[in-house]
Amino acid sequence: MDWEFISTNIPLYREAAVLTVKIGFAGILVAILLGLLCEVIVYCRIPVLRRVVAVYIELSRNTPLLIQLFFIYYGLPKIGIRTDAQACGVAGLAFLGGSYMAEAFRSGVEAVGAAQEESAYSLGLSRMQTVRYVILPQAFAISAPAFVANEIFLLKETSVFSAISLMDLMFTAKDLIGLYYNTTESLALLVVFYLLILLPVSLLGSVLERRLRYAGFGT
Amino acid sequence: MPDLGLDVLLKGKNFARLLGGLGIALRISVISILISVVLGTVLGVLRQRENLILKAFMRLYLEVIRIMPQLVLLFLVYFGTTRSFGWDLSGETASVIVFSLWGTAEMSDLVRGALSSIPGHQYESAEALGLRKTQVYLYVVLPQAVRRLIPLSINLITRMIKTTSLVLMIGVVEILKVAQQIIEANRMNSPNAAFGVYLTVFVLYFLVCWPISVLAGKLEKRWG
Repeated sequence: MDWEFISTNIPLYREAAVLTVKIGFAGILVAILLGLLCEVIVYCRIPVLRRVVAVYIELSRNTPLLIQLFFIYYGLPKIGIRTDAQACGVAGLAFLGGSYMAEAFRSGVEAVGAAQEESAYSLGLSRMQTVRYVILPQAFAISAPAFVANEIFLLKETSVFSAISLMDLMFTAKDLIGLYYNTTESLALLVVFYLLILLPVSLLGSVLERRLRYAGFGT
Repeated sequence: MPDLGLDVLLKGKNFARLLGGLGIALRISVISILISVVLGTVLGVLRQRENLILKAFMRLYLEVIRIMPQLVLLFLVYFGTTRSFGWDLSGETASVIVFSLWGTAEMSDLVRGALSSIPGHQYESAEALGLRKTQVYLYVVLPQAVRRLIPLSINLITRMIKTTSLVLMIGVVEILKVAQQIIEANRMNSPNAAFGVYLTVFVLYFLVCWPISVLAGKLEKRWG
């Protein structure tokens, strides 16, 4: 191990990690909103849009992020839709994540069950109140583990961003390997920095899961 | 109607080349899937044993593989191990190694989950009926576990096929690389080729994965 190489290049990795986290979180946030929107459309049985959501979910779940990014970043500008690499990263992550988030919402809402909904109506709650006070809190508790799993999945997926020339962790590592040939050190830094990003989220996930299980919502 | 650059695919052998690239990606997936299903099943069954060392080892293996992005694992094997151990790996071999390691970990977890989802009274009732240990597994546990396992493992298969697209990043010439070559070669006479060609790659991946996903969904509904 060349410790001097490691210490001089830590700032580069830190910068790259910040970029990964920034785009990752922005993408995940948009994905959650998109997923929520999809679930609302499906739940409320809005005609036409429902079909659009169904097609979107199939397209997004059955294609790899790398291909989606290539199409957004290199393909779309040819028909006049031009964006910078960062916006593409966010858009790609949101396109991929939206369907996973929608599925997480859906499984949560389905798990709450019709009995809860009917009981709420018979108590005189309006539709909005039922959704707001009865369904959503329980659905969220049930699907929380799936959410965290999706977040980890999406954060891991950000590793392909280097393909659209974003200077993320993979890009930095590959660059350094090409420049200095310090393969072992560059890869060690890469692993450490990914662990720094992913381990806290993963730990948070297991804590959350345990807590929610104690809370015993729904089931 | 703007030029969508789809005409490039009709020139010469371009479309056939693209399909050939898809074939290489699929070959890597199929080999890795076969290895993963076999090894993952064996490890998953072994994890049922009450052996603490084995359990701890399997747990560590699973966590280490799961926390790292697959692309990082590819880099570690393709750039890291070749440097450290001085051997020579082709991009394709490195991909098969990584996807098998990952697939085996995921598959073993699915198998463990399916086996432990069979409630204890099933074993006890079978024994009370006088079935021998092998009979208990063969006639009672396995048929139920397999029904839970198959839809989930089909999902894993589509995930593995999608992940194979990453091999581009370690220099394997697969569908996306072929697409890049076609676009580069036709840069002058068909400047919009990037749209049509990448759209085609997108659709091709969808056409491979979608039927498998539909099958998994159907089986899940029927057996779930």
